[in-house]
Amino acid sequence: MTRTSIDLWVGFFVALGLAALLFMALKVGNLASANSGETYVIEAKFDNIGGLKVRAPVKSAGVVVGRVSEIRFDPEMYQAVVKMQLDARYHFPRDTFATINTSGLLGEQYIGFEAGGDTDMLVAGDVVKKTQSAVVLEKLISQFMFNKASEDTSSSKTQ
Amino acid sequence: MKILQTLQGLGNLVTRRIFRLGFAARFFVAIFLQSGTAFRRINLTLREIYFSGVLSLIIILVSGLFVGMVLGLQGYDTLQRYGSTEALGVLVALSLVRELGPVVAALLFASRAGSAITAEIGLMKATEQLSAMEMMAVNPIARVVAPRFWGGVVSMPLLAALFSAMGVLGGYLVGVQLIGVDEGSFWAQMQASVDFQKDILNGVIKSFVFGIIISWVAVFEGFDADPTAEGVSRATTRTVVTSSLAILAADFILTAFMFAGA
Repeated sequence: MTRTSIDLWVGFFVALGLAALLFMALKVGNLASANSGETYVIEAKFDNIGGLKVRAPVKSAGVVVGRVSEIRFDPEMYQAVVKMQLDARYHFPRDTFATINTSGLLGEQYIGFEAGGDTDMLVAGDVVKKTQSAVVLEKLISQFMFNKASEDTSSSKTQ
Repeated sequence: MKILQTLQGLGNLVTRRIFRLGFAARFFVAIFLQSGTAFRRINLTLREIYFSGVLSLIIILVSGLFVGMVLGLQGYDTLQRYGSTEALGVLVALSLVRELGPVVAALLFASRAGSAITAEIGLMKATEQLSAMEMMAVNPIARVVAPRFWGGVVSMPLLAALFSAMGVLGGYLVGVQLIGVDEGSFWAQMQASVDFQKDILNGVIKSFVFGIIISWVAVFEGFDADPTAEGVSRATTRTVVTSSLAILAADFILTAFMFAGA
């Protein structure tokens, strides 16, 4: 094995290894979609965030426009305060409606923005006024069962 | 008297182990102190990267492909019970990038390259080549040990990355091409769930640590081998056993630090 061919093989090996890392970073991981561009931070308060996690996407019309950067509890209002980093290219009216949605029945949770009609735009540090909490499936089911049960008793009385 | 003898044997065993551990630790420091030659005469290290890295490519690539394909089959079988076969990409990628890539690649590397390093150094010692070097005022740690150590440390993360990448491709081949999971959701869900820093970078850190462990154990066992045919064979066995166990233990500790908090 001459020196040049060893150099060649080692170069080939290292290039292949780096290519594998690049493949994982771009194709397997989220490095490509992670926007390192300009962002601004706004807050929103929710009564219940359900299973929302830091780094969950913020979507408007289904397009990712930002990410959740921090979640903390407000001990005075007993509410969850969610900080979001939004892409600086996108601006939303002040009366934007923030909801916590679930992708699919059991999928991950994200924040959905529905733009309002206000002409003033949200700027960094603003708080979204209108929010809707996460839908807790158990509550929904128990409500449904409760209604069903009361319906049954009332209908049986009239008979 | 019988009790005293037993106690003495126990004490001897423990002190010998501790002495060997101390020797290994001082050897580790000595490698770093004597590493100048390995970098100044980079050809020595390149040659070792060739022997432990390039020649391990085939086994790493083929194993990675098959592990990924098996993950694809098994993952699909389980996921379809819950009707979430789109998550196959996530399952394959996360298990490979976080755990299987670094760990299995390290186990293969320990048996493919680690044992070879031990046997080579051990045989050099048995045939008194190391003593001959010392006679010629060549430091065997700088000339023989350090290049092999650094060759292993450089090769290991690259091999683990290749293993994971091949595994993901294998999972893609079986999941998407063979079984027919939707290609778009396979890649999209994978990209949505695999985090570069948390998953991929931690995997690289793991494989780097494993590289240090394997190379260290391999060169130490070779250097410490009894200079006989039997001694070299025992040292080779010890390399594979010790480094495999050390990899699994280190993997647990690293995983506890990296993923337990989140």
